[in-house]
Amino acid sequence: MIATGPLLQMEGISKAFPGVRALEGASLTVGRGEVHAVMGQNGAGKSTLIKILTGAYRRDAGTVTLDGRPVDFHSPQQAQAGGVSTIYQEVNLVGFRSVAENIFLGREPRRWGLIDRRRMHAEARRLLERLGVEVDVSRPLGAINVALQQMVAIARAISFESRLVVMDEPTSSLDEAEVATLFGVIRQLKADGVSVIFVSHRLDEVYAICDRVTIMRDGRTVDDRALTDVSRLELVARMLGKDLAEVRRSGATGFADATHHTERRLLEARGLRGAGRTLEHADVAVRAGEIVGLAGLLGSGRTELARAIFGADPVEAGELEVDGRPVRFGSPADAIRAGIGLAPEDRKTEGIVPEMSVRENLTLALLPAISRYGVVDRRRQQEVVDRFIRRLDIKTTGPDQKIRELSGGNQQKVLLARWLCLDPRLLLLDEPTRGIDVGAKGEIQALINELADSGLGVLMISSELEELVEGSDRVVVLRDGRTVAELPHAAITEDAIMSAMAEGPATGAGERDGG
Amino acid sequence: MATTSTPARSITRARLASVLQGQGALVALALLVLFGALRYDNFLSSYNVTSFLANNAKFGLIALGMTFVIMTGGIDLSVGAVAALASVVAAMVSEYGLVVGIAVPVLVGAVIGLVNGSLVAWGRLQPFIVTLAMLLAARGLALTVAGNQSVAVDFESGFTALGTTTLLTLAAPIWIFAVAYLLGVLVLGRTPFSRHVLAIGDNEETARLMGLRVERVKLGVYALSGALAGMAGVLLAAQYGAGQPAEGVGWELTAIAAVVVGGTLLTGGLGSVVGTLWGVLLLGLIFNVLNFENGRGVISLSPYWQSIVLGGFLLVVVLLQNRLAARQT
Amino acid sequence: MARASETAAVGDLGRGRARPRDVRDLGQTYGAAAALALLVLYNAVFTDRFLTTDSIYVNLTQVAPIVIVALGMTLVIATGGIDLSVGSLMAIAGALAPLIFLSDVPFGVAIAFVVPVLVTGAFGLFNGVLITRFGFQPIIATLVLFIAGRGIAQVLTNGELQPFRNPAFQYIGLGRVLGIPFQVLLMLAIFAIVAWTVRTTRFGRQILAIGGNEAAARLAGVPVNRVKLAVYGISGLLAGVAGLIVIAINSSSDANQVGLNLELAAIAAVAVGGTPLTGGRATVVGTLIGALILQLLRFTLLSHGVPDAVALVVQAGIIIAAVFLQRQRQT
Repeated sequence: MIATGPLLQMEGISKAFPGVRALEGASLTVGRGEVHAVMGQNGAGKSTLIKILTGAYRRDAGTVTLDGRPVDFHSPQQAQAGGVSTIYQEVNLVGFRSVAENIFLGREPRRWGLIDRRRMHAEARRLLERLGVEVDVSRPLGAINVALQQMVAIARAISFESRLVVMDEPTSSLDEAEVATLFGVIRQLKADGVSVIFVSHRLDEVYAICDRVTIMRDGRTVDDRALTDVSRLELVARMLGKDLAEVRRSGATGFADATHHTERRLLEARGLRGAGRTLEHADVAVRAGEIVGLAGLLGSGRTELARAIFGADPVEAGELEVDGRPVRFGSPADAIRAGIGLAPEDRKTEGIVPEMSVRENLTLALLPAISRYGVVDRRRQQEVVDRFIRRLDIKTTGPDQKIRELSGGNQQKVLLARWLCLDPRLLLLDEPTRGIDVGAKGEIQALINELADSGLGVLMISSELEELVEGSDRVVVLRDGRTVAELPHAAITEDAIMSAMAEGPATGAGERDGG
Repeated sequence: MATTSTPARSITRARLASVLQGQGALVALALLVLFGALRYDNFLSSYNVTSFLANNAKFGLIALGMTFVIMTGGIDLSVGAVAALASVVAAMVSEYGLVVGIAVPVLVGAVIGLVNGSLVAWGRLQPFIVTLAMLLAARGLALTVAGNQSVAVDFESGFTALGTTTLLTLAAPIWIFAVAYLLGVLVLGRTPFSRHVLAIGDNEETARLMGLRVERVKLGVYALSGALAGMAGVLLAAQYGAGQPAEGVGWELTAIAAVVVGGTLLTGGLGSVVGTLWGVLLLGLIFNVLNFENGRGVISLSPYWQSIVLGGFLLVVVLLQNRLAARQT
Repeated sequence: MARASETAAVGDLGRGRARPRDVRDLGQTYGAAAALALLVLYNAVFTDRFLTTDSIYVNLTQVAPIVIVALGMTLVIATGGIDLSVGSLMAIAGALAPLIFLSDVPFGVAIAFVVPVLVTGAFGLFNGVLITRFGFQPIIATLVLFIAGRGIAQVLTNGELQPFRNPAFQYIGLGRVLGIPFQVLLMLAIFAIVAWTVRTTRFGRQILAIGGNEAAARLAGVPVNRVKLAVYGISGLLAGVAGLIVIAINSSSDANQVGLNLELAAIAAVAVGGTPLTGGRATVVGTLIGALILQLLRFTLLSHGVPDAVALVVQAGIIIAAVFLQRQRQT
């Protein structure tokens, strides 16, 4: 039988959740052997559409045709059996089990009802070889790095003989080299005639690997174009539902191109070393009114440096000075008293208290200051909360709304407000705009800018070069737990940061294995 | 939340801690045996060894089922009460002979386990609360059915052979104990079922997305735990010659202690059947050694000291294991 | 779990949704309250002499120790922990008090109130230390004292029943203020304090924040270890108070019986009252209502000739029904 027409056709898909219409007549068409991007802001309906395809949600209306036949998957298992595999943003495998077990979990090769371990390992090796990956398949998955884990997830997906592989933000935890490996695998899949749906926020990647793009906004499909026909600016404009000219005027990020210079040193860290091996010897200084970008690949010790400064992880060696006085924080509470705040990278596991209200989340760190004899002054609390909801334009139905019901961008604003209401002098921001839709992202960047203007010191960790280039007054680059470069404002370019991350003059780089 | 985003460090550390815990229990067990053998004359006598093993068989069965439940990240508090209920049921059906006397109580236990499992898996209720309620219910049923007193077994039907028969000098309960653990080791090491059990305990949502039938596996472990508790009840009835509706109080917690001492993570995802075996023997041996110590007549410890020593021992073992694991990483 | 996909879903859902959350929360409390009201109503109609002060006081005095322990348990559970040791701690307090007031220490009665409670409070702190300093899981940490605690009480008393008659001491279990049993007033006072603490104090919010997301609480400067220590200490203190009440009512202390299975009763009351075992929420009123429901249920069944053993089965059903209904409201 000769297959013709598109592989996947989703038409008129609608889905409502209590109180909100997530999708209204959305569509998605994917050709054979095509790499197809799905883009849109958070809340545009991408995830819902993907989940309907993979059987995690049921649709209210619409049709899904796969290979010319109507399908209706009730569960991820059914979708898998029907040739649709999904790879999620955060690798969804089990860390304690071995690589081979993870690939074959649920369909282990058996002999007399028992697992045939030899065959399982051999087949796992064969699958990974096909992806150009070499790894000991008997190791626990959690003991290998995230990129390899991602490859294992892909090996699992293709082992189902899938015709369509859905990748939901697969690169969010990968560094550049790992992304390149992933792209190699995607090209391999394409060559084998497998179609790929690629959901991503990152324009560079979409343009690098995808053939077509479906753009979504407010639960509808607003465009389906070949990427060769659409410019980046136009793409962003369609996602935002904005005028092209307007986007052009405001730039790609919310940072204004201004330097904020003072000479007063707020923070100085020299030769900081943490307990593990991820942070070896890091130097960084932040002056009042300055945004210092902290760059480095995943695992370079960026997050660990921020945590060590903040007293969240123990410091084994090195000096830390605040306002020129040597300090050592035993706990975050000490750092907070010294006027420092940390917005963690992973909002969900380290930032928000999901079941608590916006009010309580916002004032969690402020509690000691707004209570007398241990009793919280509700009026002062309310004043603070109202002020910051207004000031940061937090979109919420009210201070009593549970924070988990807010969008990612608004959650991040609440977390920033948690620190701002303490009137801090230094903020450590770990990936402040990760996973946040384009609109809120700009607002947060503008806010950071404004804070620095008013004299606050900011240490901003970011994986997005654009953000570092446009936002930072200085950039400090880490590699393998060491500070390898410091770029003054004039020298900050994407190329300069990248080459420092990759091969900058490390102090004692030769003695490390560079993993 | 053992997702794969956990740093490799903590995965390795947790695995190491688990191994150390299992090994630690074995080392402690060996030391205690050595201590006993050197100090007391009849400690290694075949009488003491066989009666020790026969008495601990029922705890062993319960702890084995608990191991699998805990590996899914769950807990089963109902096992002690289920064993009591099963012993009553066994006594009541003992007149129909050995086969019926075993099958019916085990089935009763399995059905109770299925109820637990259904409420946990499909009802999405917390295992702690579900099995706590089942503890009350099974205890209430046992007392009601037995009329608040122990129920004598039928000594004519052959049921009591279970407590008295020996094969190759070992009593039947010891064989049951041994076979159960051999099967347990095989199931854990070699079957897809155990892989799914561990995957669910590691990260349930992920296991679901990987297409595992999470509900069925959970149902399976609770049914297994219930059936093994039922079998423990059968042994109880056979060994005491009566169904004991008030027995088994606190067995569930001792079983949990044995499982944890044996190196199974209470949060699920990692576990060891052999480790549980060491844990069961270790906790049992403490009582045995205390009995011998009292028998020597030099110092006399009231039986009340036993629970203090047991609690202290649990404390020290877990403390040492935590310290060791922390130092190694 | 499924963090990524959930965030996305919440993002999709979160826009402009106005959820009547307060109504839902109230509904949860009212659900349990309605069940309690129904039980009261049923008894008022069908149980002889139920609406007499005697019968009301019987129920309240019986439930008082459970409520007092359950209030401490509510705080522990709100941090995401559990305390299995409370029953054994009650036995320790119960064993210590007679030893003190039966000896001839000066101010024996006063000391007999203070010392046992401080001792159990210290044991509670010990639980907390195991959990915060040594990284024990709460279930295992408190299992240690669950096992050893009763042994300690038995060794203190040699496992023998200690009968006594000491009106000054027994005021805590038998005394009346304006005709109301003293322990009922004590229970209400402790209830009011705990409810006030959770609602209005910094400590209360920090408890909920720890139960809701411990890592986030730590990064926000919440003194996690101190709060947890305090919570387990409070649970120990309250268990001690409950132990004193029980022996005062019985006019004797039996280390084998005091507080037996009370940890389960307390956890059941907390669960029926609507505090989830996963932590991050605490309904103190719910705990009071939950304990009253379980008590009244048993009373109702017993007064209609249903044996105690069957009452256990019905209680089990109520616990399951309660958590099942709460679960449905949460989704």
